[in-house]
Amino acid sequence: MKNDNQFPQWEVFIQTKNGGPFEHQGSLHAADKKMALQNARDLYTRRNEGRSIWVVPTECIAATTADDAADFFDPANDKIYRTPNFYKMPQGTKNL
Amino acid sequence: MTEEEKEKQFQQRIDAGEKIEPRDWMPEAYKQTLFRQISQHAHSEIIGMQPEGNWLLRAPSLRAKKILLAKIQDEAGHGLYLYSAAETFGIDRTEMIAMLHSGKAKYSSIFNYPTLTWADMGAIGWLVDGAAIVNQTMLAKCSYVLYSRAMIRICKEEGFHQRQGYEIIAKMMNGTTAQRNMAQDSLNRWWEPSLMMFGPHDSESTHSKDSMKWKIKVESNDTLRQRFIDRTVEQAHHIGLTIPDKNLKYNKTTMHWETSEINWDEFWSVVKGNGPCNYQRISHHIHYHNEGKWVRDCATAFEKSREKENSSISI
Repeated sequence: MKNDNQFPQWEVFIQTKNGGPFEHQGSLHAADKKMALQNARDLYTRRNEGRSIWVVPTECIAATTADDAADFFDPANDKIYRTPNFYKMPQGTKNL
Repeated sequence: MTEEEKEKQFQQRIDAGEKIEPRDWMPEAYKQTLFRQISQHAHSEIIGMQPEGNWLLRAPSLRAKKILLAKIQDEAGHGLYLYSAAETFGIDRTEMIAMLHSGKAKYSSIFNYPTLTWADMGAIGWLVDGAAIVNQTMLAKCSYVLYSRAMIRICKEEGFHQRQGYEIIAKMMNGTTAQRNMAQDSLNRWWEPSLMMFGPHDSESTHSKDSMKWKIKVESNDTLRQRFIDRTVEQAHHIGLTIPDKNLKYNKTTMHWETSEINWDEFWSVVKGNGPCNYQRISHHIHYHNEGKWVRDCATAFEKSREKENSSISI
C-alpha cells in the first residue's frame, strides 16, 4: 500500500454560463491535464452545471490566510476616497 | 500568541458565525474531529455503492437501471468531494484508504446490512438517503467551509435519491400482494438500522459536546433522529405501510411520533465489525483497489513519458 499511487491533486474552476466568471468548485486527483478535465466533467458537471472548465495543479496555488489578513489587506483600509460616496456633490446635481 | 490565546480567538470566530478555511489556524482537536468525521463520511459514500451495485444487473427495467446507475455514480462523486475535504488536514488519500482497509477508519454501519430484494433499493433511497439528507442539511451549516460546501452540493444532488426510493416503494405498494409484502418486509428490516444512523443518544455520544461547541454540527443526534421519524412515519402511512414498532404512538402535546428504545447492543456490535456484511464490504474494496493498481501506474507512466504536452487540449 505504501507505493500506492493516487495521482496529484488539481483544483477545479467552472464557468456556469457564457460571459460569467470561473468559480472554484473543489478538487480532484488525476494523472494528467486531460484526465483532470475529464474527471472534473464527471465530478462537477453531471447535471449540466458548466460550459467551460479550468483545472490547475493544487501545488501551483498561492493563498493568503485569515491570520495574515489584517496586515495584508491593511493598505486598503484608509482609502475610502476610492469609492464614489466619498465625494460631496453640489445639491441638485443630476446623473452623477 | 500563546496556544491558549489562539484557541480563544478561534472560539470567538466560531461564536461570531465565521467560517474556517483550510489554511486558517485551528485547534488540533478540531482538526482531528473533523478529519475523523469527514473521512468516515467519505468512506460511507464509497462503501455505500456496494449494496446498490448488488442490484444493478437485476434492475427490473431499463429506466430503473439508468436511475440506479446515476445514483451510484453520484455516490462515487460524493465520496470524492469528501476525500478532498478530508485531505486538507494533511493526510493523503492513500493513507485514508489504508485506514479503511485496516479497520481504523469506520463507515456508516447501515451499509453492513444486505440488500435481499429489489424493494431494498427503494428502502435505501427513501430511508437511508432520507436520514442522510436530514443529517447533511444540518452539516451544510458546519463551521469548516470545505465540509459545508461539499454538503450543500451533496444535498442538492441527493434530492432525487430519496424521491426515486420512495417511488419504488410506492409503486410496489400499488402492486400485487407479493409486491406489497416485499415492500413491508424491506421497511421491517431497514427501519431500525436507519434510526441508528443518527448515532447514539446525545447523553452517550462522546464527540457531541465539542462538535456543538465548534459548530461542526449545530443540532444534536436525537433532534435529527426525531425529525426523520416524524417525516418518515407519515410517508409510510401515506402509502399503506406499517412502521414495525408496536410502541409507535403520536404524542399530541409534543406533536412528535414516539418510538421504542433502539437496540443499542446491535448497533455497537455492527460498529465493532459483527454485522452481516462487514467482512464482505471491506474485502470487496481491498480486492478491487488492488486490481486497479496497474491502471493507476500506467496512467502515471504515460504522463511522465510526455511531460512537455501542449496546454490546450482537445478531447
